[in-house]
Amino acid sequence: MKPSMKTVALAAIALAAVLLPLLTHSPSHLNLAILVLMAAQLGVAWNLLGGYAGQVSLGHAAFYGIGAYTSTLLLLNFGINPWLGMLLGGVVAALLSLAFGWSCFRLKGHYFAMATIAVAEIVQIVFTNWDYAGSAVGLTIPMDQRGWGTMVFADKAPYYWLALGLLVLTLLATWAVERSHVGYYLRAIKDEPDAARSIGIDIARYKQVALSLSAFFTALGGSLYAQKELYIDPGSVLSTALSIKMALVSILGGVGTLFGPVVGSVVLTTIEEVTRASFGGTGRGTDTIIYAALIVGIAVFYPSGLIGWLREWRQRRQARNAASAKVEVAL
Amino acid sequence: MTAEILLQTLASGVLIGLIYALVAIGLTMIFGVMDIVNFAHGEFLMLGMYASFWGFSLYALDPLLTLPLTVLMLFAFGMLLYKFIIKRIINAPMLSQIFTTFGLMILLRGVAQFLWKPDFRSIENSWVSGSVKLLGIQLGQPQLVAGLGAVAVTMVVHAFLTRTRLGAALEATAADKEAAQLMGIDSHRMFALAWGIGAACAGAAGVLLATFFPIFPEVGANFILLAFVVVNLGGFGSVTGAFWAGILVGVIEVMGGLLLGPQYKLAVVLVLFLAVLMFRPQGLMGKA
Repeated sequence: MKPSMKTVALAAIALAAVLLPLLTHSPSHLNLAILVLMAAQLGVAWNLLGGYAGQVSLGHAAFYGIGAYTSTLLLLNFGINPWLGMLLGGVVAALLSLAFGWSCFRLKGHYFAMATIAVAEIVQIVFTNWDYAGSAVGLTIPMDQRGWGTMVFADKAPYYWLALGLLVLTLLATWAVERSHVGYYLRAIKDEPDAARSIGIDIARYKQVALSLSAFFTALGGSLYAQKELYIDPGSVLSTALSIKMALVSILGGVGTLFGPVVGSVVLTTIEEVTRASFGGTGRGTDTIIYAALIVGIAVFYPSGLIGWLREWRQRRQARNAASAKVEVAL
Repeated sequence: MTAEILLQTLASGVLIGLIYALVAIGLTMIFGVMDIVNFAHGEFLMLGMYASFWGFSLYALDPLLTLPLTVLMLFAFGMLLYKFIIKRIINAPMLSQIFTTFGLMILLRGVAQFLWKPDFRSIENSWVSGSVKLLGIQLGQPQLVAGLGAVAVTMVVHAFLTRTRLGAALEATAADKEAAQLMGIDSHRMFALAWGIGAACAGAAGVLLATFFPIFPEVGANFILLAFVVVNLGGFGSVTGAFWAGILVGVIEVMGGLLLGPQYKLAVVLVLFLAVLMFRPQGLMGKA
């Protein structure tokens, strides 16, 4: 079987992505690439709940923070290896997502979104005042033992590969969900909740499955952040801005599509970082203004995201080609 | 804990609650007529505060004196925002609506920071300063005037909605947009009006706050979450509900702060909010 154009293109992109750290010597470029990958992974994880199940969460930073705090606290207080800590962080987040789902899933639309903000805010307040978790001061991960075993590196490249690996893992999980019966159920729940219920789909159960998976992968992202920055505090891993960013990359790229959040993150994170580097130093908020104007512009003019816009464009082109082909045949 | 402290706390809770109510009224009205949650609502309040500040520091005009002008400016601003941006997303998916108003929130904060720097500012020695002793409890004069002012503005809005033809048209649009349209009520005009009134109310709350609360670009963040809680408790779209829920939230907040420490006062309100949402998703005072 001859591989399709799409497979070849994907393989080429994947190969380029893996080799990227060997091609660039600029730490700032590599750092940007890591930020893009990390935000993309969060967007893909958010998309499991927000895109496929249609439940708009604006409180996902809670899971991110729980992942970051779990692995870091386990490492600092019990010497537990961050690889295991990361996994445990994901499990803790998935377990806590049961409470999150239990308290929020009865709510629809705006009510759900606002309740998720409230939950995340409560989590942030708890961690800000919790002495065991470093309260507002935060936690620092020692960097004396470096290497793959401790997940601490002096160099940026390993973090890049870790972020890439985590993104691929999250994409694979989403792909598996998309192709399984769960994926079909979720779409049914999103588009026609009443019809889904009437054919016997347990709505609450499948929403919870989407949420738990989403929470699990979001928490893995949080642990990776902690290992990369070697420092966490409530402002950096539990902020509302973070929750918004996760939703935003999905929306910009296209909600409910596998690669939408990746496209969204490439565009959004790059713009965010470039404007920050160019205008952020002035302290006048110019970077914020550009970023915000972009959000409003996208929300107003491209509600279906870049992937949706691309698909429409391709359909229009195909329609045009088909029309001109007909004309040729007629001639 | 003496009865005096308790009484004092209750009074200050009611007074700040009246401000929350005023902020929430506009939010609930906008949601009531067009099902859009305005995340940028706290920024109207912020703009009202800055208008007071500049009137005071540049022209030595007291915030209370410039209140009518500020309210008018915010009204116009709210209408323009509707006309140029919100109008385009009325039929858009909920996600786009959330992110439009969310983006506006960040945008307005950014613009405020750009124009007026991120510094904390305050208005010193306005007409209202110092404190008064009422029925044995000590109350800050700015807080007292702000609370009473909030009641006055709320009453004006309530009278407008219940006593005027335009107000009735707005209520009709909130109740049933299509039916109202068939009766010849232009829904776009009503939506614009709701945004104007909403912005004006939040702006008025900002002016009243300006005499005793620090003024900075992100000040709206302190109020938007509480306003959401108030709107939910009072029932989406209900002005009267928002009024009572505002007072309730103010009281719960200060009592929570008194019992658990000020760092937990927001958490107390939010936990209560979630509890109410779970058992009465339509709000404490909303209709089922």
